[in-house]
Amino acid sequence: MAADTDPSDVRALEAGLDALDSLVTPVASNRTRAAWSAFWPTAAAVVVFGGVWQAVALAGLRPSYALPSPADVWTAFVVAAQDGSGVRAVGLSLERGGLGFAISVVVGVLLGTTLATAPLLRRALGPIVSGLQSLPSVAWVPAALIWFQLSNAAIFTVVLLGAIPSIVNGLLAGVDQVSPLFLRVGQVLGASGWTRIRYVLLPGALPGFLAGLKQGWAFAWRSLMAAELISSSPRLGTGLGQLLDLGRQTNDMSLVIAAILLIFAVGMAIELAVFSPLERKVLRARGLTGPGGR
Amino acid sequence: MTATRTDHSLLPADLSVHDDPHPPAAVRLEQVSKDFGDTSRPPVLDRIDLTVASGEFVCLVGASGCGKSTLLSIIAGLDAPTSGTVEVAAGHPALMVEEPALFPWLDAGQNVELALRLRGVPRGARGGEARRLLDLVHLDGASAKRVHELSGGMRQRVALARALAQEGRVLLMDEPFAALDAITRDVMHDELTRIWQDTGLSVLFVTHNVREAVRLGQRVVLLSSRPGRVVREWTVSIPQPRRIEDPAVGDLSTEITEHLRREIVRHGR
Ligand SMILES: Nc1ncnc2c1ncn2[C@@H]1O[C@H](COP(=O)(O)OP(=O)(O)O)[C@@H](O)[C@H]1O
Ligand SMILES: [Mg+2]
Repeated sequence: MAADTDPSDVRALEAGLDALDSLVTPVASNRTRAAWSAFWPTAAAVVVFGGVWQAVALAGLRPSYALPSPADVWTAFVVAAQDGSGVRAVGLSLERGGLGFAISVVVGVLLGTTLATAPLLRRALGPIVSGLQSLPSVAWVPAALIWFQLSNAAIFTVVLLGAIPSIVNGLLAGVDQVSPLFLRVGQVLGASGWTRIRYVLLPGALPGFLAGLKQGWAFAWRSLMAAELISSSPRLGTGLGQLLDLGRQTNDMSLVIAAILLIFAVGMAIELAVFSPLERKVLRARGLTGPGGR
Repeated sequence: MTATRTDHSLLPADLSVHDDPHPPAAVRLEQVSKDFGDTSRPPVLDRIDLTVASGEFVCLVGASGCGKSTLLSIIAGLDAPTSGTVEVAAGHPALMVEEPALFPWLDAGQNVELALRLRGVPRGARGGEARRLLDLVHLDGASAKRVHELSGGMRQRVALARALAQEGRVLLMDEPFAALDAITRDVMHDELTRIWQDTGLSVLFVTHNVREAVRLGQRVVLLSSRPGRVVREWTVSIPQPRRIEDPAVGDLSTEITEHLRREIVRHGR
């Protein structure tokens, strides 16, 4: 019998079993086609919506200052883009949102890790942090204005209070979902204290943490718009929220709608460009498919 | 609390050799008892005396729920005995259980490297050592594979490599092959026997499969249920490598199963 087919050779037997039993990664199906089939229904819905809107506007059921046509909005949009005010507004808001979110992540991770590893503290503060999640952060705006007057500090306060609870809760939920089996293995391998947090708890909690980050970004963006809208002042520059307020003060419905669409587009773009790919990558590396499959 | 754990490495060499009334063993349990606070039932473990000599392969068999996993958890230091003493030779004992429990956020090689890192192996030495261990379990090509890309048998071999990376001199195994299909389990038996012979590890292997115990062990210890006591033990003198279908393995398994059944019937009355 040839050596490479000797059934008593354990290595050869294992190689055969491994080949038979391992997961075969399916050949990636046509990516562009998959993307197109996800994209076209949404695109079609937008086109239909725009058509109906244009038709209603043309029918003249409402005066055009109350219901501008998509063409009017597009004009306002182009004007804002050309005179630079739209670009500056997006830039300023993104800067505030990005910085506020970054600070929220740092504070949220520190606070979340502390609560996750100190049971008494968690019992004391956990329910409060959870509850804060359902408090609309716009409620903080008056308080922030009294504390910090019309300033960037007031705006950041509202953003932080909006985003941090989501991030902390995401981290805590992630930690709770770490299988007890992994915690036991960590203990057997000799992980304790900081090494237990660093090598078992935090990596295990990553999927839940990412979900929290995603929600944290959504809350940060909303809070920022509320804060900018209410604290509109020349000293604070013109972010998207202030652009919205400018439209209201000048009774410019086209500008209001253009600003709404910009706020929507920026929030969505960050989610699609940053958080969705990150989440998909992490889940796929662990053999879990994320929401939306594959 | 009378429970103590002794680390022989902490004793001066001459003291542990000359003043110790017993020769150094890999694991020594004396009068170990365990109950979970429920006094209406007999204790889970009742005054267990058990010694695993250095380099010995001992199998522990018993019915489901007789306290085998509890005993291993106590030896691994995950649980404390209600009374009695537990001594484990130098190094943290490694424990392998039915579920491989590899960390899914790491690939196969990184799982092994993490054990090395937590043991304090310097960064530069980890990669080579992890490769050597994966090669030992015949997984040299699978280092970069993610956990979900591995078959059940491959996962359990990575878990074995990770356990070996702990470099304890004692390997505790709690039904590690129970979830594998018969063919893969058979291969794992060959694999484990080979590694045990090559490394000189002391192994305490828990199973409810008597044939598996006879296939692997130098000694088979039968545990009763509630109270969990050492009922009897057999020395297996069939030379290695054995096969699970060897008639001699079958004969001894029949005899041990007979005693195991008697223990179980005693509970039905
Ligand atoms: N944490 C626990 N609390 C209470 N009872 C337990 C606990 N762990 C195990 N037991 C009981 O101890 C007995 C032995 O369990 P176990 O050691 O898992 O048995 P085996 O591994 O032999 O199947 C069982 O009756 C089980 O219900
Ligand atoms: Mg068990």
